Amino acid sequence: MLKRPHYIAVSLVVLLTLIILNLPSRATARLKLTIGSLFLPLVGLVHSADQLAGKATGALQPRGELVQQNETLRRENEELRLQAALAEGTERENARLRQLVGWQPRQRSRFKLASVILREPSNWWRSVEIDVGSRDGMTTNRAVLSPDGALVGRIASVRLTRSQVVLLGDPNVHVAALVDNETRDMGVIGASGPLGSGLVELGYLSKSANLKPGQTVRTSGQGGIFPRDILIGQVVDSQPVEYGFGTVARVKLAARLDALEEVWVLTE
Amino acid sequence: MSLLSLLFVLATAYLAVFLEAAFGGFRHLVGVQLDLLPPLMVYAALSGGMLTITVLAVAGGLLLDSISVNPLGVSVLPLIAVGVVIYGGRELILRDQRFAQLVLGLAASTAVPALTLIILMTTGHKPLLGWGTLWQLAVMGVGGALVTPPCFHLFARLERALVHSRAPETSFRADREIRRGRS
Repeated sequence: MLKRPHYIAVSLVVLLTLIILNLPSRATARLKLTIGSLFLPLVGLVHSADQLAGKATGALQPRGELVQQNETLRRENEELRLQAALAEGTERENARLRQLVGWQPRQRSRFKLASVILREPSNWWRSVEIDVGSRDGMTTNRAVLSPDGALVGRIASVRLTRSQVVLLGDPNVHVAALVDNETRDMGVIGASGPLGSGLVELGYLSKSANLKPGQTVRTSGQGGIFPRDILIGQVVDSQPVEYGFGTVARVKLAARLDALEEVWVLTE
Repeated sequence: MSLLSLLFVLATAYLAVFLEAAFGGFRHLVGVQLDLLPPLMVYAALSGGMLTITVLAVAGGLLLDSISVNPLGVSVLPLIAVGVVIYGGRELILRDQRFAQLVLGLAASTAVPALTLIILMTTGHKPLLGWGTLWQLAVMGVGGALVTPPCFHLFARLERALVHSRAPETSFRADREIRRGRS
């Protein structure tokens, strides 16, 4: 049976929670930062254990295998260098043509590599924490890409050494997208289903959208957060909505959000 | 419940939240991450006092929300609600029975996420919801039910190993001893 002191204790907790829930967003963010920093020792411990395991695996790997791996990587590196040199030429040509036409020169993107250290513990949001923060020059709303260059999400909040990234499919992420087809259909990437199957919804498409499975979806550059032409995924299927006044498509994401270990953060 | 036991519960809550965020093996398998705080709350409500329930709800809830997109504090209310309900009826519960632990674990692990979702929607947030949410609640419930008995077992072992058990009181009193024969 509950007694009077019990009711008082419960009331105090409820009151405290209501106060915390109604704090200004800045104060809540600071409080979250302070409480979340309690996990730093464990994060460091897991990181060190990972590194140790990596070193141990490296030490156990046969030398012949390492030499072969090194050779493969060297060849791949040479190929990539050649491709980069060719791309540089194309870029110079593009810049020159842009200048001739009088268009604004395109800014070169710079990225910072970050490791995923924690994942969202709740099942109704999609987010991860990465190991770069305000100390590394991070700010909110920077685009985050997978190692293959596919869009992953955006930075939602920044702490000193960590940042929280909300992933594609989270209700807080909306991306202006463009379908690579003849009609260049534009829509907005919205939320996914609760089970995170790698499918997201591409909504706000016109009723005459010419969508076919397999068509590539990229960022359109509108909205001001995500630069243009970042790969999002491929159209799976589409159906009319709103009594035929619009179309909604399902898009299979190019990035595997459940297996992210490292990500690129757009810094410029 | 002794202070040391309360510290065990808090340390376990801290580790549980970290494990939920750091290791997603279960999520890869069934698409759902288990919440380990409700089974812990079942143990706290049946074995501890109101102080343990309150501290676990506040600390566990805030720790979970601090690394989640959840608004800070939203997980505290469901945890304390479940803890208080179990605490209120604990005189009627056979706490040492596995079946009772399983049923309470199932109920708590389903109720906590469901209540959290209700609070989130009431406060104007839009969490990911759909038919898959029913699957998530079912898996979280069953997973929580399976975790609850080992939780009781673990804490019983820890208490046996680290907490001094109270010496049993006897009716013998030295000053009331009848001495026979001449002294």
